[in-house]
Amino acid sequence: MVPTSYYLVLSGILFTIGVIGVLIKRNPIVIFMCIELMLNAANLSFIALGRHFGQVNGQMYVIFALSVAAAEVSVGLGIIVAIFRTKETINIDEVNLMKY
Amino acid sequence: MIAEPIIFWIMAVISVVAAILMVANRNPVRSALFLVATFLCVAVLYLALTAQFIAAIQIIVYAGAIMVLFLFVIMLLNLGAPQALRERGTIQPFAAVGLGLLFIIALLGSESLIRVPRPAAPANPDLGTVQSVGLNLFAPTLPWLFPFEVTSILLLVAIVGAIIMAKRRV
Repeated sequence: MVPTSYYLVLSGILFTIGVIGVLIKRNPIVIFMCIELMLNAANLSFIALGRHFGQVNGQMYVIFALSVAAAEVSVGLGIIVAIFRTKETINIDEVNLMKY
Repeated sequence: MIAEPIIFWIMAVISVVAAILMVANRNPVRSALFLVATFLCVAVLYLALTAQFIAAIQIIVYAGAIMVLFLFVIMLLNLGAPQALRERGTIQPFAAVGLGLLFIIALLGSESLIRVPRPAAPANPDLGTVQSVGLNLFAPTLPWLFPFEVTSILLLVAIVGAIIMAKRRV
């Protein structure tokens, strides 16, 4: 049996890759993909700890996180389509109306 | 499970490499395909962790529905060309990678990932079957039934929000 800490370290590595992607990418769709990667890393640690403690609670949290992720992606991609329609670009550096 | 270490190492290496390629790639369509590879590897890891039902949901919802949505929007907005979004040559990527490495070193150094407390109960291989998940999700004595019902309202709000956002004139 693989120790639970291996799964937790893998989940931490995937989460970090997602954080780096959010920081360096200029394309909001790829930034969304990186957020999905971070959610997946969190789900992985939930399930690993759920098995570790012999409880089903971890899997329950993952089910709810999955449905929230699906809702978030649909609304977020709708926002991206709306931004593209009004500004003709979705470069994160040029979409800065809310910044000032 | 005797094969679990082999499965774990193969899937861990593939998922990390695919995730790095996803971030490093300039073409959004290729990034999406690498993300699918990562999701499938994580689904196999769920199987190894005796979460069979979650593994099936992961493939159906993430690798199926969400990725189709991503690819649909990429192709609808015609962002598949790598020149569409030129990354500016600044110090930002290097700073981000450096801070990311610092983050993972801090995570590993805090030993919260490595030292997990001893389990109270032994691992149960039937924990993640549809029967077990369903019985726990809908049990009146457990606190999961109300959040499950609220999730339906969340999905309804998401449907309305997506339509309002994507419609030309409301």
